Order: sequence, then C-alpha cells, then structure tokens
Amino acid sequence: MAVPLPAGSQQETAAGLSGRDRLLLLAPALLMITVFLILPLGFILVYSFLTKGTYGGVIWEFSTAAYEQFLFERDLFTDELVFHASYLQIYGRSIVQALVATTASLIIGFPTAYYIATRPPSQRNMWVFLITVPYWVNLLIRTVSMLFIVRDEGPLNTALMATGLIDQPIRIAYTDFAIGLGLVYSYLPFMVLPIYAAIERFDFRLLEAGHDLYADRWTILRQIVIPLTRPGIVAGCLLVFIPSLGSFIAPDLLGGGKNLMIGNTIALQFQSSRNWPFGSAAAIILLTLVLIVLVIFARRAQQAAVASGR
Amino acid sequence: MTTQSLRGDAVGIEQVTKIYGEGANAVAALKGVSLTIGDNEFFTLLGPSGCGKTTLLRILAGFEQVSAGKVFLFGEEIEQLPPNRRPINTVFQHYALFPHMTVEENIAFGLKRLGREPAEIRARVGEVMEIVRLGGFAHRRPGQLSGGQQQRVALARALAPQPKILLLDEPLSALDLKLRQQMRVELKQIQENTGITFIFVTHDQEEALAMSDRIAVMSQGEVQQLGTAQEIYERPNNRFVADFIGDANILAVTVLGDDDGSGYRRCRTAQGMEILCAGSGAPGSTPHVSIRPERIAIGAVGSMADGIACDVERVVYLGTNRQFLVCLADGLKLTVLVPNALRAGSELQPGDKAVIHVPPGTAQLLKD
Repeated sequence: MAVPLPAGSQQETAAGLSGRDRLLLLAPALLMITVFLILPLGFILVYSFLTKGTYGGVIWEFSTAAYEQFLFERDLFTDELVFHASYLQIYGRSIVQALVATTASLIIGFPTAYYIATRPPSQRNMWVFLITVPYWVNLLIRTVSMLFIVRDEGPLNTALMATGLIDQPIRIAYTDFAIGLGLVYSYLPFMVLPIYAAIERFDFRLLEAGHDLYADRWTILRQIVIPLTRPGIVAGCLLVFIPSLGSFIAPDLLGGGKNLMIGNTIALQFQSSRNWPFGSAAAIILLTLVLIVLVIFARRAQQAAVASGR
Repeated sequence: MTTQSLRGDAVGIEQVTKIYGEGANAVAALKGVSLTIGDNEFFTLLGPSGCGKTTLLRILAGFEQVSAGKVFLFGEEIEQLPPNRRPINTVFQHYALFPHMTVEENIAFGLKRLGREPAEIRARVGEVMEIVRLGGFAHRRPGQLSGGQQQRVALARALAPQPKILLLDEPLSALDLKLRQQMRVELKQIQENTGITFIFVTHDQEEALAMSDRIAVMSQGEVQQLGTAQEIYERPNNRFVADFIGDANILAVTVLGDDDGSGYRRCRTAQGMEILCAGSGAPGSTPHVSIRPERIAIGAVGSMADGIACDVERVVYLGTNRQFLVCLADGLKLTVLVPNALRAGSELQPGDKAVIHVPPGTAQLLKD
C-alpha cells in the first residue's frame, strides 16, 4: 500500500512550485519571446524614430520624419508639409478588406462549424481534420493556385464560358475581390475551429427548451445559440481579422500589388523604397491598431463576464 | 373514481406508435398506446427507464414525430404541429435554463415570443415567481442558484405562458429526498391552484402515488394499467404492475373453484396452501397472485384462531415497520410487513415458530 502523503505536499507539487522551479519551466518560452518577439519589436520601434539611409538601413539620428510621412508630404518647392491621405487610404482599404474577409468567413464558417459540431462524436474529429488539410500545403502555393483558377484563362472562367453563362471572362484576378477571396480561403479555418469548439460545448437541450417556449429557429439562433457561442465567434473574428489586416501574400499575388494594402506597403519600404524608418513606422501603426482592437474586445469580454456573474 | 369520468378530454392519444431506426435495427419505443387525459388532471406516466414514457412525453411536446397514430389536444389533431405552435410547455429533467439570462428573462422568454405587452409580461413574471416562491431571485442567473431553485425557475418558466398542458419530465429526480418530498406537495398544490393539466413522467412509484389523479403504468412501450393510485396499488392487473408498484409476494397458484358467493376465487398455491383470491381466472388455470406484505397478519403461536403455522427466518427493523421473512410448513416463503405501532409479532425472533393469516381477498389474481 502506498504511504499517504502529508496533506500539504500534494499541493506543493501542483501549484506551490518554488520560484526558481517556475522560472526554469518558463525560461524556454520567455527566451523565445524575448529574442524573437520583444527584441525585433524594440528594433522596429527604435528604427521608426531614426533617419533613413540612402541605400536602405538607418542612420542613427533621431527623427519623426517617418511618422510625418504617414500623414504629410514635403512639398518639393516650398519645403512645406502638405497633408496627404494616400497612406490613410491604404490603411482604410486594408481595414475594409479585412472586415469584409472576416464577415465572409463568419458567414461561411459558422454554419460549417455548426454542422461539424452536430455530427456524431465519432465523425467530428474527421471533419476537424479535413478543415486543417489545406494547411499541409504552403500558403504561397495555395495562393498561386487560386490565382491560376480565377485568372481570365483559368478553369473557372473557361467552365463558365463553356456553359454559356457568360460570353466574356469575368475579371477576378488582380481585383479586390480576388484579395478577399484569398483572405477568406487562407484564414477560414481560424474562424471555423474556435466556433466549433464553442458550439461543441453548447447544450443542445436549450434548443428544445427554446422551441418549447414558442421560439422559431431564427429566434433560437439569435437569442440562444449566438449569445452562448459568442466567445468562439469573437475569437474566430479576431483570428481572421488580425492576420487579414496585415496580410502580404494575398494582396501581393491576387491583387497584383496594384492596390496596396498595409502588408505590401510595409514590405515595399524594406525592399525597393529602402525606407526602413517609414516601414518601421507603418508597422508600429499597424501594431497599434491591432492592439486597440484587442483591448476593446478584452474589455468587453471582461464586462460580459462580470455581468454574467462568472 | 368520479374524477376521471366527468371531465372533458384534454389530451387524446390514439394508437400512437413510435419506431426508432429502420429495418433490422428498428426498435419500437411505443406500441400502439391509446389513452385519454382529462382537463385539470394530474396524470402520471410511470415506468422503468426504457418503457417509452419519455418518448410519449416528447411526442406530446412535439420533439418527436409519431410513426403512426394520432394525438389530439382538446379534440384537435396536433401531431403535425411543431413544438413552438403547441400550447404545451415542458419542465425538463435537467431544467435546460438559459444560462446567459437572468431568472426574470428566463421566465419571460415564452411570453415575449408570444408577443405579450411588456407590462403584462412583468406582471405575469412576478405572479409566477410568487407561485413558485422565487421572490428576490429575479436578477440572479441560473448558475448562481441551487438545484432546488433552478427547478423552481424551470417550473415558473413553463407556467408563465399559461399553457393548456404542462409536461414534467422527471423534474424532481435531481433533488435530494427532503426537497423532493416538499416539492411533491407543492407541485400538487400548484396544479390544483392553476387548473392546468399536468402530465408527469417518473420512474419513482412513490412520487406517482403521492401526486397523481390517475397513473398509467408503462412497460415495454405499452400501457400496462391505467387507474387511480389506489386502483393500481390494490388491484394490479398483471404481474409487472404488481411487482413494479410497491412490494408484493408473487405466487403461482391453481384456480380451484369458481366464485363461491363471497366474490372470491379459491386457489391453491404450488405448495398446497389454499387462499381466497380477488380477480378473475378460469378454474384449472394457473395464474399468479400478488399479496401485499402489509396485508398479511402475523403473531405468536396461538394468537390467531385460523392461523397458518410458519417459521420466522428473518426480522428486519425498518423504523415505521418491521419486516418478517417467514417460511410456511410447505416450504412457501412470504414477506410480511407489520407497523411497529401495532406491536404485533414484536416479540418474534428469527427461528421462532409463528402463525400468519391471509384475509380473504387480499391476494389479487394477475394476468401474466
């Protein structure tokens, strides 16, 4: 027979780790985050306040020129700062594009997640597995294949023309629509999985209760299912919105780099424009936007939790 | 009982059959059940798990479709109506309260769907909260309530829209004994005060006996017996009912003679004891009889004139009662239950000789 442990010792092994042990366990993660997240972000923050070098790189001289450039243009002749909105437009367009992609993902993802969550438990894992299959292929390759499908001579247009539905190819490639398509395709699983997790925990007996109390399907969805799966819906929306906002591959390939989005703008500064401080500033502004969105949602989630007494 | 014959029928169930699955896997949950339930009645569907009682309740609520048969509500056929169009509400076994809504919002849910005026909803919610004694909990959420309180919310939520029929699916099974006994009394009172027809599903015979106007004892998808608590307890018409409701000594007998004028039939047990049984059976047939343990008298040798001698094998003290297991000279074993207040047989110990008496008519002939 096992010797019963003193009452206190079990707790100590579970939660009461000594400070040193805890630090040791956390060290690998902390090291990774410091070296590959905090340090680079620090660099970017510092670079955004430096002067640009002629052939890329930075000159170690404090300057707010990068942030000025975001909103103003220096007039060549008078050397005055003149307001210009082209970068704001790029950000605005990116936000709209990300919102559209998020909405589309939600509209496609929620029914998908609902379907999976209502399969018999033995089938659910297979469906979740299928959702992740696209991730076996590199994002770049997937995006290029999508370009091949939607281009003027691609199978989509060829098929539509063959059926006689259209007599001219629909222009999809290199449009905002193509970018949206690419974003939805890339990030849809991030919408499906958290919503699936939420619906799987949902107590379906509540549907019967709602039905019994004179609610039709639509009311049950609005009043019972959506409120109770909201955490999953919010998580899915954030997981699609945030990478969509800063995405690079979809706008670059499917949009043909014509209509710049935030991701391309930043990439451009580090490549052909050789304006590292401005690229850094653009990245910091993007990061700030994302943080604002996250803080708003975190606050609301907290308020909801307090209101529901949990 | 007059209670059942004078009322109009609130619910009519006609040859209702429910089959799950198809082909070789088909399982019949209900096999042509027919019964009628009167208005204002407290009606109980009683049976072991898997007997079809919950399926029948779900068919009434509209969550299950009948495979065959008809369901009437006040003379109107309703088996095609979806649950949200039936004036029937359910108290679910696990309450199924909406966790994101307050008690008040839960109770108001049905009224809102019916499009009632806000002022009317407020008044009605307050009213039912009084009925179920939930005052002061209006703004709590289900997660902050005890099981008993949640049960009351579930009841209030189902009562609020003033349904014509209230279905209760084992609503007391999750409560502890004291609370369960208290809720029995309250449920019965609420039913009488509101005048709503209650259809109560349970596997607990004590619950059923305590509350019901009438009980349908179900087994294997069929109604075995339908009657008042007293009828099904005292005159079980088959072996299943006798065995399921209360304790019973069930013996195989041979019917010896026809009605001898006393209204009882003379029967002989396999071991040779002769008893006078109530019920019907052709002479020469070999049915079973049920004898309730508390109907058998027991005493020390010489205490009864026409006693049958037996050996006391076991004595169990049960508080209110004392239970004896006795063995007759012919080898027949019987359980006898005697209230301790009567003091009868209190001196008997295992191994003692004693006498028992089975009064005429206490044995009930059963259909197998």
